Amino acid sequence: MALDTSGFVPKGNLNTDETALGKSGRKDTVRKVLKRLSGYRFLIIISLILAAVSVLFTLMVPIKIGDAIDCIEQLASGADSASGPVLQRAITDSLIKAAVFALIVGVSTYVMNLINNRITYHTVRDIRNDTIEKIGTLPLSYLDSHSQGDIVSRVVADADQFADGLLMGFTQAFTGIMTIIGTLVFMLRMNVAITLVVVCVTPLSLFIARFISSRTFKMFKKQSIERGEQTALIDEMIGNAKVVKAFNKEKDILERFDEINGRLSESSLKAIFYSSLTNPCTRFVNAVCYALVAMTGSYFAIMALGGNTGRVISGITVGTLTVFLSYANQYTKPFNEISSVISELQGAVACAARVFEILDEPSEVNDPDVSELKDVDGMIDIKDVDFSYVPDKELITDLNLNVTPGQRVAIVGPTGCGKTTMINLLMRFYDVDAGSISVDGTDIRKVTRDSLRSSYGMVLQDTWLTSATIADNIRFGAPNASMEEIVEAAKASGAHSFIRRLPDKYDTYIGEGGAELSQGQKQLLCITRVMLNIPPMLILDEATSSIDTRTEIRIQNAFHKMMQGRTSFIVAHRLSTIRESDVILVMKDGHIIEQGDHNTLLARGGFYYELYNSQFTDSAPKQ
Amino acid sequence: MKKLLIYLKNYRIQCFLAPLFKMLEAVFELFVPLVIAYLIDHITASDAQGDNSFVLKCFVILIVLGIVGLISSCTAQFFAAKAATGFSRDLRHDLFKHLINLSYSEIDDLGTSTMITRMTADVNTVQNGVNMFLRLFLRSPFIVAGAVVMAFTIDVKAALLFLVIVAVLFITVGLIMKANIPMLKKVQSGLDGILGLTREDLSGARVIRAFNVEERRQDEFEEANGALAGTQLKAGYISGLLNPLTYVIINLAIVMLISIGNIQVSKGALTTGGVVALYNYMSQILLELIKFANLIVTINRALASANRISDVFEITGADASSASVDTPAALRDSGEKYILEFDDVSLRYMEGADEALSNISFAVKEGETIGIIGGTGSGKSSLINMIPGFYKATSGTVYVDGQDIKTMDDDTLRGLVGVVPQKAVLFAGTIGDNLKWGNKDASDEDMEEAVRLSVAEDVVKTKGGLGADIEQGGRNLSGGQRQRLTIARALVKKPRILILDDSSSALDNMTDRTLRDNIKKLDYKPTVFIVSQRSASVRDADRIIVLEDGMMAGIGTHTELMKNCDVYREIYESQFGKEMDETPERRAK
Repeated sequence: MALDTSGFVPKGNLNTDETALGKSGRKDTVRKVLKRLSGYRFLIIISLILAAVSVLFTLMVPIKIGDAIDCIEQLASGADSASGPVLQRAITDSLIKAAVFALIVGVSTYVMNLINNRITYHTVRDIRNDTIEKIGTLPLSYLDSHSQGDIVSRVVADADQFADGLLMGFTQAFTGIMTIIGTLVFMLRMNVAITLVVVCVTPLSLFIARFISSRTFKMFKKQSIERGEQTALIDEMIGNAKVVKAFNKEKDILERFDEINGRLSESSLKAIFYSSLTNPCTRFVNAVCYALVAMTGSYFAIMALGGNTGRVISGITVGTLTVFLSYANQYTKPFNEISSVISELQGAVACAARVFEILDEPSEVNDPDVSELKDVDGMIDIKDVDFSYVPDKELITDLNLNVTPGQRVAIVGPTGCGKTTMINLLMRFYDVDAGSISVDGTDIRKVTRDSLRSSYGMVLQDTWLTSATIADNIRFGAPNASMEEIVEAAKASGAHSFIRRLPDKYDTYIGEGGAELSQGQKQLLCITRVMLNIPPMLILDEATSSIDTRTEIRIQNAFHKMMQGRTSFIVAHRLSTIRESDVILVMKDGHIIEQGDHNTLLARGGFYYELYNSQFTDSAPKQ
Repeated sequence: MKKLLIYLKNYRIQCFLAPLFKMLEAVFELFVPLVIAYLIDHITASDAQGDNSFVLKCFVILIVLGIVGLISSCTAQFFAAKAATGFSRDLRHDLFKHLINLSYSEIDDLGTSTMITRMTADVNTVQNGVNMFLRLFLRSPFIVAGAVVMAFTIDVKAALLFLVIVAVLFITVGLIMKANIPMLKKVQSGLDGILGLTREDLSGARVIRAFNVEERRQDEFEEANGALAGTQLKAGYISGLLNPLTYVIINLAIVMLISIGNIQVSKGALTTGGVVALYNYMSQILLELIKFANLIVTINRALASANRISDVFEITGADASSASVDTPAALRDSGEKYILEFDDVSLRYMEGADEALSNISFAVKEGETIGIIGGTGSGKSSLINMIPGFYKATSGTVYVDGQDIKTMDDDTLRGLVGVVPQKAVLFAGTIGDNLKWGNKDASDEDMEEAVRLSVAEDVVKTKGGLGADIEQGGRNLSGGQRQRLTIARALVKKPRILILDDSSSALDNMTDRTLRDNIKKLDYKPTVFIVSQRSASVRDADRIIVLEDGMMAGIGTHTELMKNCDVYREIYESQFGKEMDETPERRAK
């Protein structure tokens, strides 16, 4: 039943964070794993009992067969006629027992499989659910600073490998040990000397397997490094194939690819070949053991027949010899399995550590005495706010701003001046380092995040849509919206005209990232999403950057209507879109350097004046 | 799959030798039970301690069989590994070459993540499949068949039982496999589903929180996740049967075998050693069958991957890049010398789709600057991507220097054109490495000049010169910095045709203007295409093409278009609007 897995590359993630796997880290992880499994205590015990039962009966079957063979042999060697029917009955009896035992093994193995599946899949399911729930509560600073691909692979691949490795490894280890002990006991009962032969020789295969795997570990490591190198190149070049083509770099890139490809091919040849020697070598040890058992067994059997057995060296029958041979055949298997189980368990713990790393991150928690933010008027006070993403790289310092309800605030400034950061702070995606932000006079740290965030309608530059129908995307924030409301919102945003032209209209399914829609269309949908249910305050971060100006003019009216009586923050590159704001904040290097309405700022002739006029070139029509 | 078999062509010898040696190993393994049978018959026949040398002889034979088996097996592993890794190397090479040569529309169609999965995970799966196939596919059936044949040599009646049992086992394993494979597919798609959800939850974290829908997303995930666990359990009901069921069948068969043996022995037709040998053969069949079943799973996975890879190879649409290089150059002499002409060009990305561009005709003289303006989805990017032949005309013809670009070598054509793509992408390496994409042999002076022209001096300076490292995708640069370097990259090429595809979107207006001024002053006078949504960016162009819904709504200078093109005027006014009337007065105040 040994599945030949040599040459098979372990799935999941090899590059585990070493830090998470210090000795104490490992112990810690194991403790957490056990805690998680404790819910399945009952099932695990049953699974272990079934494993024991199946091992016991698996070992009994050859014995019964051996008994039958002995009887046949006695019949054949001309037993007296009186004992004939007795022997025949004994044969039938042994065979029926063997058949029943085999059935018991079959049933108990099957039930054990089902139980193990249940434990495994349910554990993975629970871990995944917990991880996703955790991700929902992690501060955005964590998500922003960790690679998305890495988190995804932890949730999907690592969770899988953890459960697979841990539970299968666990049961295999248990079955293996049980088999070794069981076989030993059974063999000792039959013949001590032959048992000694088996016991001495079989562990050899374990050593050989360990030897080979320790030698090939480096090769596999090299292979996975080169594979990683190749994947990085593929990722970079295929992901940007258009640029590669535009610069005619296909050949150069292919050369670079081939160079890595050649190295990879060599290292994987080595890794695959050397690791695939394990099986033939252990099989050879097995064969030697088999031959030794056959030889010694034969001597004992011949001695027994010759009546030359003493008290110390007991003779054996032919049937016993076959039992020994069949045990010798199977005895190496658990040894080989245990060595692979060890590495599987280590892998599982490593994967578990990676998953628990996420689960152990501190969540965003509301202060104990928070209240719900209700009936927001939209007065916002920003007082002496300092903020930075990285401790020693200050970004926003000493920011002050007063916004009265219904005011329209525009934020302009060069890239990296802190516009988007302002929004992160207002929505409390990040907390301020110093100072305070309050809404309607309440510090936003004293209200629940949910109630704060739902007071804002947000349209971001990054147009995120979920894989669902257009209608589902529009009703994202208000699942109960009727179709009429959806269409109305789409008409207001100007999205209706393009949705109408789609094959399935509002039921058109958009895939991950909304790939089939243009950037502008996606942005329109994001606007519609907010239009459906307009909260008392608005944040528009480059909300129309990908929409052409003509369409923009058309939705400008809708925006106006939307912003009526609502405190709004608008970030835009295009200065034309913010001209009509009540206050324009000109930001530079994390400070507000100018503040006022469009005309005041123009009249001042400062930074805003420069910015604004640079978009009208000197060749502007002179009327 | 058939398509991929050609990659084994270079490894014909290995593909032949690996299974051959594997079969040799199997042959030696098949002899073992026979030796044991002789041994047992010898024991039962010898009434005294007699002839010990026979036992020793048997022992030596067993050891020799083991050694020969070991050697042939190791040899087989080597050839199999060699063939498998060679196969995957050649496959990866061709696949990568194929992918990187796909046309723009094919790339759009296929999607990046699919391409990457095909290149990595799928190729690895196929490699593993080839390896295991070469090692086991012949061995297992051979041992099964061999065991049956050996059984016939021992006892015909018992051997008939072998035939029946092998048939029963094959049917059992086959049925389990058949029921299991669609389940595995379901599991896979469930896994893909939660992968997609996880990715969405991460990329959309801000939106999800802003809309306070964390709970609903959690419910959705838990539902999908629960369904996955359910499918996995269901799949387990079937696949979990495999081992216990085959075990039970084989052991029942052994029981039957022994009772048949009992009868045959009593008739004198069979010796006890023979019975033991039959018993051993039966056990061997069990071991091999399980291996075989596992192999089928591996092979099935490999086949699925292979098919997915073949599908990718299949993609060589009508506009495959090399398809028409051999055709004679179609020249066109229209009297005037134009560097670029569009003659009634239409473009459709997919059959049956709406036209992205319809009936576009215009001609451009060398050194002209052409602005292209239009709303979202009006066809601006499609139009300029046709110039280097990234998209090929569905109807009509594009001429460069009077030659139909369909008859031009892609390398020559693209050598003429420098593109600054909409998405500012840089590659891992130094700034200099990136700039050299434009021209391999560019000197430092050339590059510094290009950097100066693209107003990127400060970028290079703050990063620490041309030798400064850029991370993959240019992550360590801001959007505006990246954009300027991509412009520099195109300028290093000194192209005859320079295309700026909305490439100043991340630049502030001042930088944008300096950049346009610099390009205007280039001494080699390239023909420039500027695509933009900003009127200001294209206003100074010699001519402006106005696109709407894939059609040309007008072409001409700014003043002309203001006069006679409604679409253009509307765009312009939407950006400058009444301001034109107001600003001068306001400024005057």
